Amino acid sequence: MRKTLEPLRQEAISNWQKLQNFDKPIIMVGAATCGRASGALDVMHAIGDKLKELDIEAIVRQVGCVGMCHSEVLVDIIKPGRPRITYANITPDLSKELVEDYLVHENAREDLAICVSDDTPEDDLQVRVVMRNCGHIDPNSITDYLAQDGYMGLAKALEMTPQEIIDEVKESGLRGRGGGGFPAGRKWESCLRVDADQKYVICNADEGDPGAFMDRSVLEGDPHSVIEGMAIAGYAIGATKGILYVRAEYPLAIRQLKIAIEQAKERNLLGKNILGSGFDFELDIFQGAGAFVCGESTALVLSIEGRRGMPKPLPRPRTSEEGLWGKPTLLNNVKTFACVAQIIHRGTDWFKSIGTENCPGTAVFALTGKINKSGLIEVPMGIQLEKIINDIGGGVAGGRAFKAVQTGGPSGGCLPPEMLNLPVDFDSLTAAGSMMGSGGMVVMDDTTCMVDVARYFLEFSLEESCGQCTPCRAGTEQMLTILNDISQGKGREGDIDLLVEMGEAIIDGSICGLGQSAPNPVLSTIRYFREEYEAHIRNKECPAKACKELITYTIDAEKCSACGRCLKACPSEAITGAKKTPHAIDAEKCDKCGICFTECPDRFAAIQITTGRTENSN
Amino acid sequence: MEKEDMKFQEIFSQYNGEREELIPILQDTQAIYGYLPEQAMRAIARFMRIPQSQVYGVATFFGQFYFSRRGKHAIKVCLGTACHVKGAGRLMEAFEREMGIGCGCITDDYSFSLERVNCVGACAIAPVVMVGEDVYGHVESKRVKEVLDIYAKDS
Repeated sequence: MRKTLEPLRQEAISNWQKLQNFDKPIIMVGAATCGRASGALDVMHAIGDKLKELDIEAIVRQVGCVGMCHSEVLVDIIKPGRPRITYANITPDLSKELVEDYLVHENAREDLAICVSDDTPEDDLQVRVVMRNCGHIDPNSITDYLAQDGYMGLAKALEMTPQEIIDEVKESGLRGRGGGGFPAGRKWESCLRVDADQKYVICNADEGDPGAFMDRSVLEGDPHSVIEGMAIAGYAIGATKGILYVRAEYPLAIRQLKIAIEQAKERNLLGKNILGSGFDFELDIFQGAGAFVCGESTALVLSIEGRRGMPKPLPRPRTSEEGLWGKPTLLNNVKTFACVAQIIHRGTDWFKSIGTENCPGTAVFALTGKINKSGLIEVPMGIQLEKIINDIGGGVAGGRAFKAVQTGGPSGGCLPPEMLNLPVDFDSLTAAGSMMGSGGMVVMDDTTCMVDVARYFLEFSLEESCGQCTPCRAGTEQMLTILNDISQGKGREGDIDLLVEMGEAIIDGSICGLGQSAPNPVLSTIRYFREEYEAHIRNKECPAKACKELITYTIDAEKCSACGRCLKACPSEAITGAKKTPHAIDAEKCDKCGICFTECPDRFAAIQITTGRTENSN
Repeated sequence: MEKEDMKFQEIFSQYNGEREELIPILQDTQAIYGYLPEQAMRAIARFMRIPQSQVYGVATFFGQFYFSRRGKHAIKVCLGTACHVKGAGRLMEAFEREMGIGCGCITDDYSFSLERVNCVGACAIAPVVMVGEDVYGHVESKRVKEVLDIYAKDS
């Protein structure tokens, strides 16, 4: 089959080389969702207009997200015979300047550049497996993908027996990237073992964790890598149908996938008799309709069948034995499939050389929150948490103190500064009371209240609970009531122990992963930040000064220069004062919206937030 | 009503009435109306030959579907984790104040509706607000009016 692929590959490679050695400048704009949100399409238009105006011939290409979301819009320029230069924070106006300065006047505008290299910019600590092509190739071009050894894994797989493929996947130690970390090879094998006239491969791309967007970036930036992995899986387990289950909220990802599927079909990389192997594989897209619980396999399957996505209680057959329409169904995450194609192509030794013994390969995180360089990162499993936050993420934003990092979304937990030396992989995070989850990593500083964070996640889980089992439906609601009381200063002695007891009972008593992990954010914050809960309960104090009911805004008359800014901005008209008369806040009227605090110029810093029992009230 | 029937027929003509088509049909219907009108739900149940209760059962289960008319411009304040720790809660209050309606409500003239979303996946530029398909990043409370004004002209 590799022979059949060879002509396609040679053509793609020669196109790619032509592009690399092109005698005209190449301009690349990162136009995935985050780039577009920052104005990437306007930048592209501005560049196009400027090129026309200056009568310069150049190729302008759209690429996916390289992960440096903190510096969007990113523009890369390669002039013939020069290294690739990456420019950050480009606006339409800047892009026009840049085009004229660099392409006409030979001024490379180093002031705007963040990286000069012959390759995609990345720091040394990062290893690109899943995201290797993101931001590097045009996602709408299958030849770009083919030129990066694309579909080589599939061609090789089609020359192997299904069992040989599964042995390779098992040997590689690949664990499911959806969060649970179940060994992928074992799941595949149990699908292969079941005899059935029809089997299915489903890619779970219903990324519902708030704070995670890596699957979206892979689908938008390198859709073929997922398609190739799914086709390999189909051949390995004996399935001829695949379904990409994608969130309806990801319109761009769906568009890119549709284009990619068509291109793969045209080149006989999907469809009937793939590469002359006799293997058929069809791929369809199903748009998930917005239910977090559908990340659970039985719920996801039910929703494809047109029913409510309610997880089936145990005991029940595994989805790999009895899934969609009662047939064996292999369900894996986007990143798992993206890894597979490369494992087959590059071999298990290569894959195992990255990461740790028990967790080979890389982890992709969406590094966000109070961090200097937020974006997508891909690191080898086992890297220290501290390296991610300080070396890759550039430390906590605004020079504030690091307080916690939350991983695993609503199923995960918050880790304190003491855990910064933790090696990050599936097992270590679970042991620390958090979890890998789908890869959200939210950094929090000393202005983030841990009780509030726990409350936030619990509220999310409660809202997304399907409601069929009582511990999850009613238990999380009771826990939320207690947390609301605590954050409003109405907490009572014994509340913390009650939360722990209820949390453990909900974990034991719920029928699916949502309920079984919903209390994690509460339990982990109690484990590491118990004193913060105690401060709320005993002293009616929010140490982070975040819980509205426990804080008071005042103006320091000595610092106030009566500039009138806060007075004008206050939506509740709670601030009084006049020119030359220091302003004051009427506590009765104050809505605690915090606008005065942000309005007051830093050089005065007259607005103060106090919390806890004052000496008077004691 | 006849005109409405035409629209339903157009959607239904692409389907066979199999159970697994229910969610795609609901999605197509909402794409036309912006929500799922009662008469559409009746027509879908008839077309699929299942009780209306089952159509509602599925539609109400999923967060994507609405059952009342939306504003011309849907303001969606993201309350994902990254947005939350960057003050999205206060941002939502600022929108409520400026628009004079609560989250989940529509202005009297149907020009705006205000909603929360759990994550739009643009966490790196939090806090994020979506208006229709447009995404705004780093939205501070004081920019609320500015964002609304962009769309107020067109309503």
